Amino acid sequence: MYRYDEFDHAFVRERVAEFKDQVERRLAGQLTEDEFRPLRLRNGLYLQLHAYMLRIAIPYGVLSPRQLRQLAMIGRKWDRGYGHFTTRQNLQFNWVKLVDIPDVLSALADVEMHCIQTSGNCVRNVTADPFAGAANDELEDPRPWCEILRQWSTLHPEFSWLPRKFKIAISGAAEDRAAIAFHDIGLKIVRGANGENGFRVLVGGGMGRTPYVGQEIRAFLPKEHLLSYIESILRVYNLHGRRDNIHKARIKILVNQLGIDKFREDVEADWEATYRDAIDLPDGERDRILSYFAPPDLPPRPIKDEALDHRRNTDPIFANWLKHNVRPHRVPGYSTVVVSLKEPGRTPGDASSEAMELVADLAERFSRSEARVNYTQNLMLPHVATADVVALYDILKAKGLATGNFDLLGDMICCPGLDYCNLANARSIPIAKEIAKRFEDPKRQEEIGPLRLNMSGCINACGHHHSGNIGILGVDKKGTELYQISLGGNPKDDAAIGTIIGPGFRAEAVPQAIDTIIDTYLAERSDGESFLDTWRRVGAQPFKEALYGSA
Amino acid sequence: MPSVVTANRLVDGIVVYLAPDGSWTEQIDRARIAETEDEVKALEEQAAADVKARKVVAVYAMDVAVNGGTVDPLSVREKIRAAHRTTLTKDWYDVPL
Repeated sequence: MYRYDEFDHAFVRERVAEFKDQVERRLAGQLTEDEFRPLRLRNGLYLQLHAYMLRIAIPYGVLSPRQLRQLAMIGRKWDRGYGHFTTRQNLQFNWVKLVDIPDVLSALADVEMHCIQTSGNCVRNVTADPFAGAANDELEDPRPWCEILRQWSTLHPEFSWLPRKFKIAISGAAEDRAAIAFHDIGLKIVRGANGENGFRVLVGGGMGRTPYVGQEIRAFLPKEHLLSYIESILRVYNLHGRRDNIHKARIKILVNQLGIDKFREDVEADWEATYRDAIDLPDGERDRILSYFAPPDLPPRPIKDEALDHRRNTDPIFANWLKHNVRPHRVPGYSTVVVSLKEPGRTPGDASSEAMELVADLAERFSRSEARVNYTQNLMLPHVATADVVALYDILKAKGLATGNFDLLGDMICCPGLDYCNLANARSIPIAKEIAKRFEDPKRQEEIGPLRLNMSGCINACGHHHSGNIGILGVDKKGTELYQISLGGNPKDDAAIGTIIGPGFRAEAVPQAIDTIIDTYLAERSDGESFLDTWRRVGAQPFKEALYGSA
Repeated sequence: MPSVVTANRLVDGIVVYLAPDGSWTEQIDRARIAETEDEVKALEEQAAADVKARKVVAVYAMDVAVNGGTVDPLSVREKIRAAHRTTLTKDWYDVPL
């Protein structure tokens, strides 16, 4: 993984010192809250419902054991012993004190971490396929490009005051596991006509109150032009994006108002006029960054493992976990293991300091000292020898981290909602827990098959409800929490926004409504169909009738 | 409608309420209840002074229901703030899950 050089270290330390001074001036009364707010929001510090919340960037979801242990330490020393992994591969601490923030940032800097670009109207932490460098369907590892974009965009003077926040995701694999179509810019590494890899560029995707699926602005962008081309997109957005209305300020609104063709025309014109000015990355710097992401030395090993086969044949719970949470690796005899943070009864995405330390130990022992976090709020161990899978499972299982529900109904995305968040209108965590309880039986989830259930506690859609096969949105209706259900969203390649199925449900009715939707799907589905397939074939009517009657 | 004034404490962000003695308390039951518009205004002025004095941020008045010795917030949001708790259990719903 990438390691800071002297410049990076000095840069982050300077930033910590600067914010320390700003916090001290705030506490001493030299800065008012109005003056301080934009400064703290440049450093990932929010004031939430119960306390300050600090959002820490985990660039493209990659964590070293040392970093995980430091996060665990921070959680224990300055928070309440746990953190929350978010849908943007960040980690949030929910209970940090303003007075402690300088110490926390300093502790983060010790392990090459920071909170820059986790808030504010800038280019946010760039996210990636969490299977990067390990997946067997990968054309090219996207992480070096994430790192290049990170270095280029960090405190970029032209793009530090965009009309609104700006999110970029990159995938280098056949399957989209980074929801690139729901980002301001989505990049997919593809092979061009001449055999060279480049980027397919999507623009204008997003969630929030006005969801859009990203549209293709370039079918193929040569890699050497990545920075200049993204700069042109950002420049057109920076010039023409709306600043008068926060709800219309994202690039998706501009792209859809102009139309993709006109937007493309503007971007291409800007790019033609500017790209020769050598703002693209020098080869030497690209190679330097690429070298940090050299694949670990993994000698191929036997694909078959007798102990594993025996366990699979004798332990159905293990077999279920193996089927869903252990994914093939590009090197024979290895796997990528998803460490579930979705045990029924727990808050999706929350991890205790103990869990973080355990995963750090396991990463060292079994996964070449690397861990990952994915946007669906789980941890992962990318490079596990198949022969170690049983031993790893037993350790995870003892700590409640081996729920075999990856990409099944129980693997819900869930935002913090009204239990923590100042913007939320309704709770999401208790609803998620109640649904998890209802669908706890692994056999039921197995029968249902792949299903993405996403839940947000407000229209800002941090919980990605628009892209859920089943999406739940909490709203406030005259002081009562009400939950709107949408169906048919899809975060993957054939991305789609869900359709609201009808009037909302009160909290206590939501689990039964989900049950009804699932029963309807199971009754309607043809052999081999996923929930999404059935939805696309039969449409809304059977679900509407089941939920609301045939009035 | 009886009201209290709430805020977040500056140093740690914890939810607090303005108390009769002018201090800030974490317990809503110990908050000063304003019964009239003038009383609310007086509490708000005091709170504004404490914002200047860097004791609290994000100050506002909110309606409550007073039942004997207990003070109950009206909205779900304020119930959660007053409880200083997260992931409230099922008994917090009007109708149990």
